[in-house]
Amino acid sequence: MEAHSGTLLTIICEAGLEPVLVADLVRLGARGYTICDTRGMGSRGMRDALWEGSSNIRVEVLGDRALIETLVAHVHDRYYANYGMVLFVTEVEVLRPEKFLKRPGEDPS
Amino acid sequence: MGSVDPVVLFFVLGVAAGLLRSDVRLPSALYESLSIVLLIAIGLKGGVELAKTALGEIALPALAVVLMGLGTPLVAYPVLTRLGRFRRPDAASIAAHYGSVSVVTFAVGAAHLTRLGVPFEGYMTVFLVLLEMPALVAGVLLAKGIHRATDWRALAHEILCGKSIFLLAGGLAIGWLLGPEGIRPIDRLYFDLFKGILTLFLLEMGLITAARLQDLKRAGAFLIAFGIAMPLVSAVGGAVTGWWLGLSVGGTTLLATLYASASYIAAPAAMRIAVPEANPALSIGASLGVTFPFNIVLGIPIYHAMAKAVHGLGG
Repeated sequence: MEAHSGTLLTIICEAGLEPVLVADLVRLGARGYTICDTRGMGSRGMRDALWEGSSNIRVEVLGDRALIETLVAHVHDRYYANYGMVLFVTEVEVLRPEKFLKRPGEDPS
Repeated sequence: MGSVDPVVLFFVLGVAAGLLRSDVRLPSALYESLSIVLLIAIGLKGGVELAKTALGEIALPALAVVLMGLGTPLVAYPVLTRLGRFRRPDAASIAAHYGSVSVVTFAVGAAHLTRLGVPFEGYMTVFLVLLEMPALVAGVLLAKGIHRATDWRALAHEILCGKSIFLLAGGLAIGWLLGPEGIRPIDRLYFDLFKGILTLFLLEMGLITAARLQDLKRAGAFLIAFGIAMPLVSAVGGAVTGWWLGLSVGGTTLLATLYASASYIAAPAAMRIAVPEANPALSIGASLGVTFPFNIVLGIPIYHAMAKAVHGLGG
């Protein structure tokens, strides 16, 4: 197995934020993302996903360190003050780096 | 208890389940499916009735209903900022929730009248669709003014393409195009089963309301009083407007119910995007924790009595 190092950004936030948030991620260079519906508890109380207003999502984006840092800075500036949001970054190993780490047509070197 | 509507009892059952920490829980996919069926059904029913009315006949009343409807946020905002000492974005967001309308409250009001055999104008659904949006725009203007940068395109998309207006208006158009005969192949699902589906939905609403009572403790006594007083004041406006427009007692009751109801689907979604600095726990706690249960259990019979009184006084 030839593994390559990559960076994983995980964002847990209000479900209502999904359309604007993913538009931002893609605009800033994310090559893709994965979203799932979640529920849980935190500083903003119980998010029980009983209805639209109390639903959370978890968004995951793989990329290289520079891209993830750009995304983190943007999300922090734009959304942290007013939205329920948890964000963390993990160093991971990926098998097909061309899917996540390089843009199409970019020099592979 | 024969005089109590079953949907009200299912709502109370849901609140009890929530407070007692029962494990009753509708899967969120079912909750969403039920809300889609209800929205389409209410739209279709209104559309079928609308087909019997000349559109020109309700154009002016519709305009009057929308303009008078803006009274609610314009009254609520100064009350919240001056008496309640709320921050500007919070007051504007709460005002928008109260100015906009609740589809489920409308449905329960219509079910109440149907059970009592009180007729009402079928085109009330048109007013329901029209009343959802203007207060949300008013709320954004109250929060930010005209000059500040607001992404009006994103907001318009959020409101107009949000599921409640989209499905209500779509159902209305399909019902209007097809008429009663054309609807017949699907009326078992949307009309015959409507009341049963509404009970399931209200059970879930009870659970959601019980969960919101937490927010309420933080919101304080003023917001609780506001959540009861504001719908009563708005309902008086609705009863007078309905009588002035020449609506029947049933139609007047539904207009009062619409004015009294507070949005909890379209408004929270729109306000989160357009006025993110407003605390959603305040607006949702008031609209869902106080006003929705008040309207469902006590408000609707009161608004019916108001409509009868205004018609009795006005002749």
